[in-house]
Amino acid sequence: MSKVCSLKEAVSAYVHDGNLLYCAGFTHLIPFAAGHEIIRQGRRDLTLARATPDLIYDQLVAAGCAKKVIFSYIGNPGVGSLRIIRSELEAGRLEWEEYSHFGMISRLQAGAAGLPFIPMNQTAATDLEHNNPNIRRVTDPYTGREVVTVPPLNPDVAIIHVQRADANGNAQIWGILGEQKEVAFASKKVIITTEEIVDEGVIRSDPNRTLIPELIVDAVCCVPHCAHPSYTQGYYDRDNVFYLNWDKITETQAATQAWLDEWVYGVKDADEYWQKLGAETHERLKVSPAFASPVNYGKY
Amino acid sequence: MEAMPYTASELMCINAARLLQDGDVVFVGVGLPNLACNLARRTHAPNLQMIYEAGVIGARPARIPLSIGDPTLVSGASSVCSMYDIFSFYLQRGNVDVGFLGGAQIDRFGNINATVIGDYAKPKVRLPGSGGSQEIAAWANRCYIITPHQKRRFPEKVDFCTSAGFLGSRAERDASGVRGKGPLVVVTNLGLLEPDENGELMLTALHAGCRVDQVRENTGWPIKIAGQLRQTEPLTERELRILREDLDPQGIYLKSGG
Repeated sequence: MSKVCSLKEAVSAYVHDGNLLYCAGFTHLIPFAAGHEIIRQGRRDLTLARATPDLIYDQLVAAGCAKKVIFSYIGNPGVGSLRIIRSELEAGRLEWEEYSHFGMISRLQAGAAGLPFIPMNQTAATDLEHNNPNIRRVTDPYTGREVVTVPPLNPDVAIIHVQRADANGNAQIWGILGEQKEVAFASKKVIITTEEIVDEGVIRSDPNRTLIPELIVDAVCCVPHCAHPSYTQGYYDRDNVFYLNWDKITETQAATQAWLDEWVYGVKDADEYWQKLGAETHERLKVSPAFASPVNYGKY
Repeated sequence: MEAMPYTASELMCINAARLLQDGDVVFVGVGLPNLACNLARRTHAPNLQMIYEAGVIGARPARIPLSIGDPTLVSGASSVCSMYDIFSFYLQRGNVDVGFLGGAQIDRFGNINATVIGDYAKPKVRLPGSGGSQEIAAWANRCYIITPHQKRRFPEKVDFCTSAGFLGSRAERDASGVRGKGPLVVVTNLGLLEPDENGELMLTALHAGCRVDQVRENTGWPIKIAGQLRQTEPLTERELRILREDLDPQGIYLKSGG
């Protein structure tokens, strides 16, 4: 069954005020266009979970959509601070819940696997554990030693950007896989944004590359360049210049608001945003192809 | 021959590269650790394997990566896996020899703070947090820290222990049962610090032209000086040339004073 709809329709149907939202992607495939659509639709009181909140959550927090963040690294990768989230946390205006990367990813693994909790070996660094009651210990029933545990994370809705998917939602990703698969299986609703919607035959020609199967997908939105200023492996490069610029833009509230007005509220969708970036930026982010050797699945 | 001039970043990077051994599996971060690994691969450690927390194994970056998930890490790598796999199958299982760490504060026993300055619940300065470092510090067999030598970065005790060094003593880390040996060397722009038998960081080597009183002035506790204080080997022209011409020609990471 086709689940194809516009991003506007998908956000309207599945992202509600007060939801726990997970926009997936570790540096790669971050669904910025979906973040912008959520801002345009004026969602409020969201709990935003991501290992690395990145610029996408700095923007959602700046637009007043969030009441809480759950994270394991709040920096602007390769640049420095996420100024908006950092200043909201320092001012006590934003709730937070914090893990290490492994703790955060383990929560998703437990959530995806339907487990009540998941154990991790001890790290000897206990300050985070003392400040986050979700991080606990149990005795390993086999060795009698203590292990550290975290509970499952089950977002209300996940948004996952991919290179290609069919209309039913079978989604293929290559390049950095981050936590996409775990987030998809852990979440109650799954929105796939994709660079391309391809024929089912393309997907079935290479089933090992399908990370997310249609049976857990609720919506499929064709959104080329959705990940800008992050990147899509093989489609366009990371816009490192924008990551640096964001650090400048967010120095003042006025400049941040002006940016939101121009680039989020001022455009109607991802396509208009991409066109507005202009030919020079498109050219700068182009990548030349490097194809994998084909594999032979055989006819049986 | 007159020594070539160099920046503090070049000095730290080259000294960090020399700590790596051929065949090491290294959990790499962007910036100086990435440059140090690539330099080691091109000099004395051609079989070094670079692993990135984004889930990339055997990376061969063709350009300098500007973020921990740069696409250049993937093209030409030997394997890509999920973050859960990289932290569990690779790091927790014990398949990582070396981890590189950094942070806003490093204390007398090599504990690292990358989380907050001040009170956790009401932070004076909110830092990025652990990322992968809590587990790297615990489970990589050997850890190295690269940091500029400044008093504010070297307090007697960290405000928040993001990643464990030797806690309060080597015995305390041993008792915790973590598998890694802890921070073995801190590379600064003044010299090298290494843990003594009790796990306390001690000055064991100075770089050419650096003095013990500079180290004392820039350390937040009365730092011990090794009885046999060494001088680090001078940087070679070859090391500097590889760094400047091949690895970071634009000086993105090397130009800074560190």
